Amino acid sequence: MNSDYINIALADDDEDDRLFFTEAFEELKIKSKVLLFKDGIELMEYLNDFNNSLPSLLFLDLNMPKKSGLECLKDIKATKRLCDMAIAIYSTSASEEDIENTFVKGANIYIKKPNDFEKLKKVLSEVVTTNWQYHTSGLNKDNFLLRL
Amino acid sequence: MKLLLKFDFTKVCNAVLKQKLETHQLRYQQTAFGEIELMDKVTEDQLKSFHEDINGFGIKVIEDPKKIVIQKIKDVIVDMVYNEKDINVKTSVYLAEQLEENYNYLSNLFSELTYTSIENFIILQKIEYTKILLTSEELSLTEIAFKLNYSSVAHLSKQFKNTTGITPSAFQRIIAKRKQIN
Repeated sequence: MNSDYINIALADDDEDDRLFFTEAFEELKIKSKVLLFKDGIELMEYLNDFNNSLPSLLFLDLNMPKKSGLECLKDIKATKRLCDMAIAIYSTSASEEDIENTFVKGANIYIKKPNDFEKLKKVLSEVVTTNWQYHTSGLNKDNFLLRL
Repeated sequence: MKLLLKFDFTKVCNAVLKQKLETHQLRYQQTAFGEIELMDKVTEDQLKSFHEDINGFGIKVIEDPKKIVIQKIKDVIVDMVYNEKDINVKTSVYLAEQLEENYNYLSNLFSELTYTSIENFIILQKIEYTKILLTSEELSLTEIAFKLNYSSVAHLSKQFKNTTGITPSAFQRIIAKRKQIN
């Protein structure tokens, strides 16, 4: 079969959510290596350290204390070295305007977080496989917008 | 000053490849898109330095034979979509002809190795091309649907929404706003 795998990072202040996502990633067809961060500050410290390898896909919780997902997104998009990562923002609820605004600020994926584990697995599978196509087929990431 | 650029992918790729091969003084013959035959014997070191150089330009030498078939399928699809080929047979027949292989074999291999199906990959490429036409050429969805042989605008519009989760007009708006900011 396939020996490829994808490097994923996830920043979420909620421990249960981190576990929830990690378990879902483990059940996907595409193998993944997942880095976990408790908040936006911890995440940015990791990303800004030149010695660390960068994930190709980053999941950001919109609502985090200290540094929100949106603030992280802004910093990442202002840093050239970090621009190649695909960024998925998720939250439990948002207005149409908020969602569009998140895309304008440079997010590639917007996920309305499902409460059900099976649905989460399905959503994450779609995100990871679509990202995989962009990654392996040389598609233009500037045009990578996905809403689930 | 801002310039909008449109790329002819086949030309760009071939031009880069030609330049690189010449720099490395490798005599070659192009046998197909993404396939060349080297005319002289080359050393491991020569090949290695060539690989490293082209890697920086987003070109990789494929070694796994299964991956070679996958890449050929992708190349045929990209050529078909981006060059707006008018194909009067079913895509499955066309792919089988182009690759000289049974379609079922190709289809299974593709699904096994790419985490998607040939059908979905074609839709993805068509939607990607639609995005380019919507934003850099500013064509209307009706014009694009006609250009890409969709039976109706509604069909393209629905496929766009199903694939990306957003409508074509929202996509256009987001990209335009991003350009304004930068």
